[in-house]
Amino acid sequence: MPDSRLRHRFRTVARPAAMLVLLMAFQEEVLGASPSDKETWRAECGSCHVAFPANALKPNDWTLILAALDRHYGVDASLDARDLAAVAAYLQAQPGPERPGSAATLPRITTSRWFREEHGEVPQSTWQRPGVKGAANCAACHPGAESGRFDEDSIRIPK
Amino acid sequence: MQRPIVLLLTVLAASAAGAETATDLLNTYGSQPVVKGATAPVPTAAAGDRFFHARHKDWSCASCHTGDPRAEGRHAVTGKPIAPLAPAANPRRFTDFAKAEKWFKRNCNDVVGRECTASEKADVLAYLISLH
Repeated sequence: MPDSRLRHRFRTVARPAAMLVLLMAFQEEVLGASPSDKETWRAECGSCHVAFPANALKPNDWTLILAALDRHYGVDASLDARDLAAVAAYLQAQPGPERPGSAATLPRITTSRWFREEHGEVPQSTWQRPGVKGAANCAACHPGAESGRFDEDSIRIPK
Repeated sequence: MQRPIVLLLTVLAASAAGAETATDLLNTYGSQPVVKGATAPVPTAAAGDRFFHARHKDWSCASCHTGDPRAEGRHAVTGKPIAPLAPAANPRRFTDFAKAEKWFKRNCNDVVGRECTASEKADVLAYLISLH
């Protein structure tokens, strides 16, 4: 019967899909991060550069970065334990313990495959423009970067 | 029984919200002796001026905050703008002791290669407060 097939499809496809969408929408809450964790992340990870989106790296990579904040790509970006825990919760990473290491061994968003694929058509000379300064300066070409908007239509590359 | 707790919470909330002034912070740093039991050195704007503009290792404070702390700075690595440091140009500066401590710790490690002493922080604050 078509009716029961429809019900079956709803049970096996539509319902799990809807659950997945809901889960993704509320992922932060489900996995233990609160709105104040997000605020802490935005303030603390956004003071020297744009607060890079959580999904730019895997949780494991964030764990490595958070374990060496006092040697953060050449500068000291250390946080107190409370803010570190909040940032870790938001990034779904582990807040510690501190590990030895250097910037050379830390994961970089700009060397990840998705980043290189997305930016493959950007020539070297564009990265070096004074208005861009480097690949870490997302907001140079993505005006909405501060609020997490990176869609293609909003890209504006400085001359 | 409850009143001291309420008072404590009020004080904590006030300090968390940044109820201090730059002069409060100067007094806090300026009253800490270098050696226990000794008299704390009197902070001077001239010493802070020298410290701020001196190149310590690769960087000086001015590398990011520019030669004029009343002006907007720029992060030496990322290029992100930094709001002015002098309270005259930016009244929100040095109104939160924990925040000041966080940045002194980080930036002294980057610029000087160690944490700054209370006396060095007091001198820099005296210099920044002296700018109008």
